Amino acid sequence: MGKTTRRNFVLSVGALGAATSTLGWPVPGHAKAAGGRVVVIGGGFGGASCAKYLRRLSSDIDVTLVERDSKFMTCPFSNAVLGGMYDMDFITHGYDALREKYGVKVVHDSAVDIDAGAKKVRLGGGSSLPYDRLVVSPGIDLRWDAIEGYDEAASATMPHAWKAGEQTMILRRQLEAMPDGGVVIIAPPGNPFRCPPGPYERASLIAHYLKKNKPRSKILIFDAKPKFSKQPLFEQGWEALYPGMIEWISETDGGAIDGVDVKAMTVNPTFGDPQKGDVINVIPPQKAGTIAEVAGLTDDNGWCPVNQRTFESKLQKDVHVIGDASIATPMPKSGFAASSQGKVCATAIVASLTGQEMPDPSYVNTCYSLVGPDYGISVAAVYRLGDAGIAAVPGAGGVSPKDAGDEFRVAESRYAVGWYQSITSDTWG
Amino acid sequence: MLLLSASLASAPAVQAEELSRAALLSASCEGCHGTGGRSPGAIPAIAGKSADYLREALESFRAGEREATVMGRHATGYSDEEIRQIAEYFSKQ
Repeated sequence: MGKTTRRNFVLSVGALGAATSTLGWPVPGHAKAAGGRVVVIGGGFGGASCAKYLRRLSSDIDVTLVERDSKFMTCPFSNAVLGGMYDMDFITHGYDALREKYGVKVVHDSAVDIDAGAKKVRLGGGSSLPYDRLVVSPGIDLRWDAIEGYDEAASATMPHAWKAGEQTMILRRQLEAMPDGGVVIIAPPGNPFRCPPGPYERASLIAHYLKKNKPRSKILIFDAKPKFSKQPLFEQGWEALYPGMIEWISETDGGAIDGVDVKAMTVNPTFGDPQKGDVINVIPPQKAGTIAEVAGLTDDNGWCPVNQRTFESKLQKDVHVIGDASIATPMPKSGFAASSQGKVCATAIVASLTGQEMPDPSYVNTCYSLVGPDYGISVAAVYRLGDAGIAAVPGAGGVSPKDAGDEFRVAESRYAVGWYQSITSDTWG
Repeated sequence: MLLLSASLASAPAVQAEELSRAALLSASCEGCHGTGGRSPGAIPAIAGKSADYLREALESFRAGEREATVMGRHATGYSDEEIRQIAEYFSKQ
């Protein structure tokens, strides 16, 4: 396969004027994709970035994005919606730019099965999409069997709000309806899970709302872990902004919960008495999105093993898995990491379809958390592929300095908003 | 015209852009600085800045000589050659 671009081809044909048809070559725009067909399942950070970058890398490749919903609501900044700082519009993104600017075909339907032998994706609407390469970016699904009493029906009363949308709104309304002096319980899961700093940013921004509106209230974090992401920075921020309002109960102090009672509005810690809450946010353990499981892409732990250079599944040929569903440790399950993986995967696919060598990959993560509207903290890492897989570059990355002053925290809160605007426009814009 | 015709006649049916490590490295920057370095918000746009300016900025972030919030933590992840490639990439956007 050659290295001339379609862009070059069109320019050349342009120079030859009307010679196109006499040469007998396909008319650009109406041709069957000369560069191959790629189907991407899932229009979140991973899938949308991958689809867009596939088209940026090669306009010869036919890219179809399968996404159930016409709009995507992001988990990043959904905590700021809970804190009353933004409304849902701010975190809602559509697919027009992918369609119009990048020529991605967007199909709003559910992928219900994958036939990796025949290389076809079956859609809920009944039709099938053939592919040369498939990218699966389904995000997470929740383990409804992990906490006694916490099933999907229970999430209407005790929202997880770990997929943004209606769940976010339920939790927001509950916080608004709660009396001053109420108790909010947040129960995060053990590792690995989507967005490691997320539960603690959530506690922070709920505290911001409560401090302004219901200052006698309290937040209890019943944690299944003995430590958490950016912990010293969060604890320092809580002390500075919300002294006495947030109490974190470590797994080692019985913080893990093994059951809930939706009627009584209690959570059951592994030891100690049931704890009553006015608002209870259970963030249950997670696994790769259902389609990954259905298609035989998951291991015994429910996540997808992949070749970390190309993100091709270790279990199904010509199927790539990116984002939260994939095993890309030490990269976190974050939207930003998913987007980075989407770009690396797009490069691998273009290399494979065009017979080029793939450049050595480089991956990145950058996650901001807001402790308050004017108080931001961040974590960053640069990754390369080593002999044992993806590895953080030694000496690079890390969290915001603990001894930084107010000016630094204010600057990072501004950059947090800029980061959100950039990564969402890089993904959907 | 003769040359062009000759190259067309031998061109294969399947075409693809040449992949570059510069583009793959720079894709990491685009998450925060925007696609092509065109940032829509508070993070500085880097599209079209001169390669010298970008290289010097990255090198001084890496050396801890330029004040930063997160850029020092990123720049330390790249070699001289990688910084050169990234600077070159965004200078052409």
